[in-house]
Amino acid sequence: MTEITSLSLFELIKNIKEKKISSNEVAKSFIDRSEKSKKLNAYVTENFENCLQLSKEFDNKPNFDLKLPGIPIAVKDLFCTNEVRTTAGSNILNNFVPTYESTVTQNIWNEGGILLGKLNCDEFAMGSSNETSFFGNVQNPIAEDLVPGGSSGGSSAALAANLTPVTIGTDTGGSIRQPASFTGTVGLKPTYGSCSRYGIVAFASSLDQAGPMSKDVKDSSILLEVISSFDKKDSTSIDFKRNNYSSELTRNIKGLKIGIPKEYRVDGMPDEIEKLWKKGIEYAKDCGAEIIDISLPHTSYALPTYYIVAPAEASSNLARYDGVKYGLRSSGESLIDMYEKTRSEGFGEEVKRRIMIGTYVLSSGYYDAYYLKAQKVRQLIKQDFDQAYNKVDAILTPSTPSSAFKIGEKSNDPVSMYLNDIFTVPVNLAGLPGISIPAGTDKNNYPLGLQIIGKPFDEQTVLNIAYSMEEKINYKNYISDWWMQ
Amino acid sequence: MDAIMSKNNSEYLIERKDNVYEVVIGLEVHAQVTSNSKLFSSSSTKFGAEPNTQVSLVDAAFPGMLPVINEFCVKQAIKTGIGLKAKINNKSVFDRKNYFYADLPQGYQISQYKYPIVGEGNVILDMPEGQKQVGIERLHLEQDAGKSIHDVDPRNTLVDLNRSGVALMEIVSKPDLRSPDEVNAYIKKLRSIMRYLGTCDGNMQEGSLRADVNVSVRIKGSTDLGTRCEIKNVNSIKFMQMAIIYEANRQVDLIEEGEEIDQETRLFDTKKNETRSMRSKEDAHDYRYFPDPDLLPLEITDEFIDQLKSEIPELPDDKKKRFIDEFKVSPYEATILVSDIDTAKYFEEVVAKMGKNRDMKLAVNWITGELFAVLNEKNIEIAQSPISAKNLAKLINLIKNGTISGKIAKTIFELMLDGDIDPQIIVEEKGLKQESDPKALEALIDKIINDNREKAIEYKQGKEKLFGFFVGQAMKASGGKANPQLINEILKKKL
Repeated sequence: MTEITSLSLFELIKNIKEKKISSNEVAKSFIDRSEKSKKLNAYVTENFENCLQLSKEFDNKPNFDLKLPGIPIAVKDLFCTNEVRTTAGSNILNNFVPTYESTVTQNIWNEGGILLGKLNCDEFAMGSSNETSFFGNVQNPIAEDLVPGGSSGGSSAALAANLTPVTIGTDTGGSIRQPASFTGTVGLKPTYGSCSRYGIVAFASSLDQAGPMSKDVKDSSILLEVISSFDKKDSTSIDFKRNNYSSELTRNIKGLKIGIPKEYRVDGMPDEIEKLWKKGIEYAKDCGAEIIDISLPHTSYALPTYYIVAPAEASSNLARYDGVKYGLRSSGESLIDMYEKTRSEGFGEEVKRRIMIGTYVLSSGYYDAYYLKAQKVRQLIKQDFDQAYNKVDAILTPSTPSSAFKIGEKSNDPVSMYLNDIFTVPVNLAGLPGISIPAGTDKNNYPLGLQIIGKPFDEQTVLNIAYSMEEKINYKNYISDWWMQ
Repeated sequence: MDAIMSKNNSEYLIERKDNVYEVVIGLEVHAQVTSNSKLFSSSSTKFGAEPNTQVSLVDAAFPGMLPVINEFCVKQAIKTGIGLKAKINNKSVFDRKNYFYADLPQGYQISQYKYPIVGEGNVILDMPEGQKQVGIERLHLEQDAGKSIHDVDPRNTLVDLNRSGVALMEIVSKPDLRSPDEVNAYIKKLRSIMRYLGTCDGNMQEGSLRADVNVSVRIKGSTDLGTRCEIKNVNSIKFMQMAIIYEANRQVDLIEEGEEIDQETRLFDTKKNETRSMRSKEDAHDYRYFPDPDLLPLEITDEFIDQLKSEIPELPDDKKKRFIDEFKVSPYEATILVSDIDTAKYFEEVVAKMGKNRDMKLAVNWITGELFAVLNEKNIEIAQSPISAKNLAKLINLIKNGTISGKIAKTIFELMLDGDIDPQIIVEEKGLKQESDPKALEALIDKIINDNREKAIEYKQGKEKLFGFFVGQAMKASGGKANPQLINEILKKKL
């Protein structure tokens, strides 16, 4: 039998249900591999002992009716986990241990999942390379000194390196799909309102959405089924009929209309991305889909709009980290002095930059010109998609404008870093579901992803197209385990 | 209570040299919504609990915590809007008002800025000169902050978050008020309406009702508004009035000296009886309001509003009208009786218990006279009255049917205070029943005339003022119980 850690979630579940392997064996395998992979710096907090204990308890009293029977899962450190430190990758929450559980993680434990540990991420999910984390950058298992993407960089690295069978990330402007694309894995951002935001450290409330990350599409469908739920504790959670995504998963996408937006052909886009996209179009045709050229005219405004809306919300969301109630407190001469020292020491450069931008765009005298205008443009971007969906069932684009870059390559150039999100942010602004699947490699053999964007609440079609194309693409991630040598 | 009614002045004028100034006042009243739980969390709102015992993760703004609107508080705000004859907005939006303070855990207050839940309305004030209408600009829902305590620990400020997240209604008036007395009447009327509706208990000692007072002055007759100053967070009517008088005079002095008034926020120092600058317009916070992305816009259907309208009880203005029509009390008496819901309830219960042969005049006089005096003396509310409406009605009926005299009734009233005793029982136990048997009274009077023969003769000879002497003697002999009317009749006959 192949190594336990290289099995898909679906295969693990099957083996556990057939009693071929125990939950404890699975936990041990992933923990063992994680222990040998410290160089990747994927974990912020390990929960290994507790995980082993819980896996034993599962084996003693197994419940095979659960959807994730005794499956160990590491999660992004943005999800609050009861009695397990939750840092959001920030010094300001360095010592923070919640007394509560996020709805999304609770859903996973309710279905038999066991917490393996908390995975590194960009500070407060602000970043595209995991370089803004207080706990240091993460190595991409694809090659040394390559970024794993961000902000869910610890998640994508742990997943690609087989340190966890599946994981969950959060996606505000591409933070699931871009790291998935950089590591040759699958990442799905569900429709805004699908997964509860309760207990997730907030970055930009109107954009944040949790979602599954996995080695293949089927695994994402299994995990989505578990984490997507209506939650009264989140006022923006939506009560719609959720599919049984995994059992309804099909490769029959014959006759589906897939749109190709011309505006995603951006200036200076590398040839290999253009080629990948063309290849994707051919695969989609092979699967029986009909390809239709469409226009999303306001696409070029998406990035500036995003970089107004997201920092604005973030500047307010992060005001609660003031040293008064929990987290880091630096001593000061007065209340204001304490605030200034705490927040200066507690937040990193990128977070401070975005708080400054956000504070600026909300200031009186600037609000109308920036925030209000951005909200109007956001409506136009959404309308673009609404109109496109009169003609097509889904949209196919590249996930990112480039493959993974070297650590440090862009960390001093925020604008070039922000450009990474160019294909992913419109999806967040419109609240749509989007998936990134590995579809090829660049000249360095670094993975490249394709993005499939769906109609609101139509995760099933997105998954089906991805599932179908995945078979045709037949991508294999090559991981040399270089970090273990 | 009558003091207020009789001394009111609708105008407060300040005279200087050649100029007469009037004061223009607008109020932003913060009324705590009567609700068991907070605006966006399920924590209790009970007053007086141990510090930080009524704080949820949401109230303390823990990471990842989200607000969920309390539907009951929304209903309370709508009901209050209906009570203010205001427009209820079908769509309103919660905004974040961003500022840092130790007792503001989120770093922002959730409030309503551009789109409040309630729009324009009005309130009628009963002033001695007649009724006056005061415009309501808006009513919006917002969270209260926690409490910073600076005087317990010498080095640290302590924070109590029990109040953090409690629902407040901010009721903004138009600048329609012209005197401290109108402010008094306005606050009392607002309080009365909300207490009728059960939407705010109006308890100013517990901070359930506070106000920011906007004051400006102008030459009387002018229609332009002067530069205003806002006096923050004043928590009693008396202090509001004192602050207005101080502030209006300060502004007039500045104008008379040819100086400009700075638009600023001021604080009222209750000990020194003066207002002090807190921050100028230049230093004003930039609150960076924006719609709270954690909350959807509040959408209220007409059906929902209609349903709430059907639940609205009779309000003070309607009740006053009905009291005048149905019970034939004077407008002045009606105003007093309806001013507080518990007084109105008490009065109506007395009326009901008096039965068919009811005497409104007696009821009004006993409640606003004897009973109010006792309540004032004991400094208690009518809801805690030591004499129940039922027993007061009995006492009034005993007077009405001649069982006791008004004078004896006062004695009995005093005795009733000690445990709400049934007046009938006091009458029987103390033998205070009025003597109305003509034969017994005739015998008594015969004896008096006999004992005072000379005086009787003098009376017959024309010394009429001696009649009073005989009445006094008869009352004295009966121990005060003799029916005075019968005494008069019999004496006239016998003498």
